[in-house]
Amino acid sequence: MSLADKEVPRVLIADDEAPARSRLRDLLDDCRETFPLVLVDEARTGREVLDVLNREKVDIVLLDIRMPDMDGLEAARHIAGMTDPPAIIFTTAFDSYALKAFEVNAIDYVLKPIRLERLLTALRKTRSGPGVSREALDAAANQPRRHLSVHERGKIHLVPVSEILYLRAELKYVTVRTAQREYLVEESLTRLEEEFGEVFVRVHRNCLVARHAIGGFERNADESESGWAVLVKATGEKLAVSRRQQHVVKQFR
Amino acid sequence: MAKWGPVASINQTGTGIRLPNFCNLGVMLRSLVVVNLLVAAGAVLHAPGPAAMGTEFMALAAFAEPILFISLAALCVARPVLHALGYVRSIAAVVVFEAALAWVVGRLLGGALPAGVALTAPQLVLLALFATGFTLAYFDLRSRALAPAIAEARIQALQARIRPHFLYNSINAVLSLIRSEPRRAERALEDLADLFRVLMADNRTLAPIGNEVELVRQYLALESLRLGERLRVRWNLDAMRADALVPPLVLQPLVENAVYHGIEPCESGGEIEIDVGVAEGQLRMSLSNPYPGGGRHSAGNKMALTNIRERLQLHFDAEATMRSEVKDGMYRVTIRMPYISAPA
Repeated sequence: MSLADKEVPRVLIADDEAPARSRLRDLLDDCRETFPLVLVDEARTGREVLDVLNREKVDIVLLDIRMPDMDGLEAARHIAGMTDPPAIIFTTAFDSYALKAFEVNAIDYVLKPIRLERLLTALRKTRSGPGVSREALDAAANQPRRHLSVHERGKIHLVPVSEILYLRAELKYVTVRTAQREYLVEESLTRLEEEFGEVFVRVHRNCLVARHAIGGFERNADESESGWAVLVKATGEKLAVSRRQQHVVKQFR
Repeated sequence: MAKWGPVASINQTGTGIRLPNFCNLGVMLRSLVVVNLLVAAGAVLHAPGPAAMGTEFMALAAFAEPILFISLAALCVARPVLHALGYVRSIAAVVVFEAALAWVVGRLLGGALPAGVALTAPQLVLLALFATGFTLAYFDLRSRALAPAIAEARIQALQARIRPHFLYNSINAVLSLIRSEPRRAERALEDLADLFRVLMADNRTLAPIGNEVELVRQYLALESLRLGERLRVRWNLDAMRADALVPPLVLQPLVENAVYHGIEPCESGGEIEIDVGVAEGQLRMSLSNPYPGGGRHSAGNKMALTNIRERLQLHFDAEATMRSEVKDGMYRVTIRMPYISAPA
């Protein structure tokens, strides 16, 4: 018996529909004979999943893709940033468009109505090999996240994208600035620009500013190569505009 | 499969060709356009020069328009009688009537207009017969062209079918009930069977709205199984006449959209309001649901709307309308169509 087999995996169910959760409970009961497990909790939205993960140790999440508030795909993208993320098994009713993206990116899923054998196979698979990668999830998602996740001391903290004033690249990290405070996230500024291009505008090689946060532009010759700085409305900070991005000034004035 | 031989085209059911419904606005407009084009063509041919075309058109129109308007009114009123005659005999009746009408109008107007301009009664009768033949031939061709389209309506109704998403989620919900609440599971499966009976049926012909409402109720019962208290429905059927005829599956796909786009994305759910009523000879159906927005009204929604619009057009031509709007965070679809009741 290997070490992994001695630990009984802790499972979390996530689905917004009560009958779907109860069905999964029944099936997990049936699984126990051949695949011992502990049911940790149940969640109804992606946000609740992250709450549970902050509270409890979870090894496997049975994650419905279509949920209100935060869907399963966005929750999974936040989970993938954890240092020791649980394995994810997506569950979904047939939706050919979304599933094509899953297949292209080699993301496994279980179709509803779920069969016991199929669920067992998926549960066993979580013991071998690495889980689904953040890159695959990003590629499969057809829309930007609504939050960035900050991982501090094993906990996931969500920052709503709508509250972000600007993003500034610093060495390995990106600083996320809201009106209240700053956070560090492990993301690439280029990728963030691709994902949230409608919300942010690039003013400098290392800086994206939220369009709604721009309070104006000021002449500021000493710190900025273009001679312009963008004024952040909520904090009064001034961020340098590079010569290459100088056209932004015209666009907003 | 429908038979396409001459026998099938005369019979009164399904795809048979009949005299057009002259009470229908679309048919009236088409008749006006066709006859006036003929009058214009006559004016161009008869006029000695380009300058006289206008006067010539007016002179011909002075005879043609009264005949045209009286004919349309008479054909609309006489519709049940003509209908009972069958296609061939009804055409004969129309031809005789038009000839007689042209004769009378020719005699009455002939004296009132100057001799050079006026058409003689026999001239007018011939012209009227020509116009009648041309118009009827046009409608005959048109209904032949549309006959496959009516058969198509059935296929389209199938395409407006319930989303696979709904089917699989419902089966999943029923599966969850089998161990704990077998009786509820039984009822749910019965509802599901009824829904699919309608979906698989021949949906070419109009059906009473009462049936459609019942279908929507069964559909909503299944959805509330999954969504519980998140799904709230308010019906307003006080002014409904259950015998009003509508294309089958005119309401259900809209309700399904409302659930998919308006209720499911909300954690706390929402209310769908369904209004059906008859007023002033019009059947009005309207449906509203919360619009969580995000601009994600998908292709699926558009497809259902296009499908319903096409089927409405097929059955009612220009007399049915469908509008959708987003206002104050609510999405609303309204359909209006003529109120036709099922024969008792």
